[in-house]
Order: sequence, then C-alpha cells, then structure tokens
Amino acid sequence: MRSFKHSVPILKLYDYLIVPIQIDMDDYTASELRNDILTRIEATNSRGVLIDISVVDMVDSYLGRLLGDTARMARLMDCEVVLVGMQPAVALTLVELGLNLDMVHTSLHLESGIALLNKLAKHR
Amino acid sequence: MDTKIVEIREEKDVVICRQECRTYAKNLGFSLVDQTRITTAASELARNIFEYAKTGVVKIERATNEDKSGLKMTFSDNGPGIANVDLALKEGWSSHRGMGMGMPGSKRLMDEFSIWSELGKGTVITTIKWLR
Repeated sequence: MRSFKHSVPILKLYDYLIVPIQIDMDDYTASELRNDILTRIEATNSRGVLIDISVVDMVDSYLGRLLGDTARMARLMDCEVVLVGMQPAVALTLVELGLNLDMVHTSLHLESGIALLNKLAKHR
Repeated sequence: MDTKIVEIREEKDVVICRQECRTYAKNLGFSLVDQTRITTAASELARNIFEYAKTGVVKIERATNEDKSGLKMTFSDNGPGIANVDLALKEGWSSHRGMGMGMPGSKRLMDEFSIWSELGKGTVITTIKWLR
C-alpha cells in the first residue's frame, strides 16, 4: 500500500485493486483518486478494481460521473471496475437525480464483487 | 432551530455545506432517504456557486407554513447570473463542464424550488423539503 495525499487507500489483492472510500471527498480529491487508480492499474497490471462505497452516504452528479469515467478509462486499459456496496438511499437518489451509471458494474458486497470480476475475466 | 450560514469560498466548503445540511435535516427528523436527497441537492447547488460565481452564501433554516414544516436552503451569489433560467432547468443542458443535471436534478429531489437571477448581478436559489 502506498500512502496518498488524499488518504483513500488503494489496496492490491492478487490481480485486483480494492479502493475503500471512507471519507467525504471534495471534487479535487475525487479527481486525484481517479488518476491514482489508473496509475496503479498500470503499475500493478491489475485486471479489476473494486471501489467500495458502502460508507459513502451521498453520490452527486460530479462523483457519479467521475466513477463512471474511471470505469470507462480502466476498461480502455483492459481492467474492469465494480462499484460495491451502494446504500439504498444513495441508489434511490442517484436515479431521481437522473444520473445514468449503466456503464458501471455494481455488486452488493465485496465478495460478490470479486466473484463478478472472476466471471468477467473468464469472458475475456 | 437556529439558522445556519455556510460561506462558499473554496472547494472544501461544498463538502462542509452538504454535511451541515445533512446534520440539519437529521435534527429536523427527516428520513434517511430524504436526508440523502437534501444532501445531494445541497452539494449540486453549492458546487454551482463555486464553479460559476466562485463565492457565495448558503442559508439553512427551518421552514413552516400552516400545516407543515420542513427545511429551507437558500443559495445566494453575486456571480455572472443565469442568462436563461428555463434553459438551465432543462434536462441535459450544460453551460460548463457539468453534465447539466445539477439544477433540474436538485429540483426533482426537493419539493419546492425557485430561482431569481439577473445577468451581472447574481443568482438566488431557494428550495424547500417538507417533512412527511
């Protein structure tokens, strides 16, 4: 694990990266995190990223777009991103807000997220 | 409850603003889902202040009328103003780097939403969520 100025850890676990977001990020911090995730994918040859948002209590249009962008960019690097643990109130608000995250894989918890990444890896 | 004022001067203030709005909503007794709606709308509208006007003020207070009470948020700035308010409230419209859902999205998340804006003078957005 490397230390990051934005204090969101990016953990390597076998072929995957795990990113637990446990702070309320401002926009700059969130965009730094996106860049760091992409850099770490390249450095570690990771095939998948699990972004754990189970303690994130709000996803607005900026953060939602950023998560979607990160997934699209990672895919260009042959790496899949799975958003894990979205709270019901966050899911409800995102849809009402009008944000479309159809491009992003989601999973209810970390274990099922890993299973999804394993499945996606088989189809490549 | 006392009125709360949050000044928007830098990016971090957007985070402070949405956290203050959540705390206020929680203390007024809003459900978790409504707290999330209010927090998200606050984040969108406070960000608009920072992006377009650079600085501004957010006022959080209790709203009441004859038979109900709720939370009222007022977002004021002395920025460039909005040339076409109807267009700004239209889905998918974007003037800058946003995706154009901040304003119409916030309106959907709240119960009442009104905009006053004048070019060169600024913008004031007032929005209310009623307790159910």
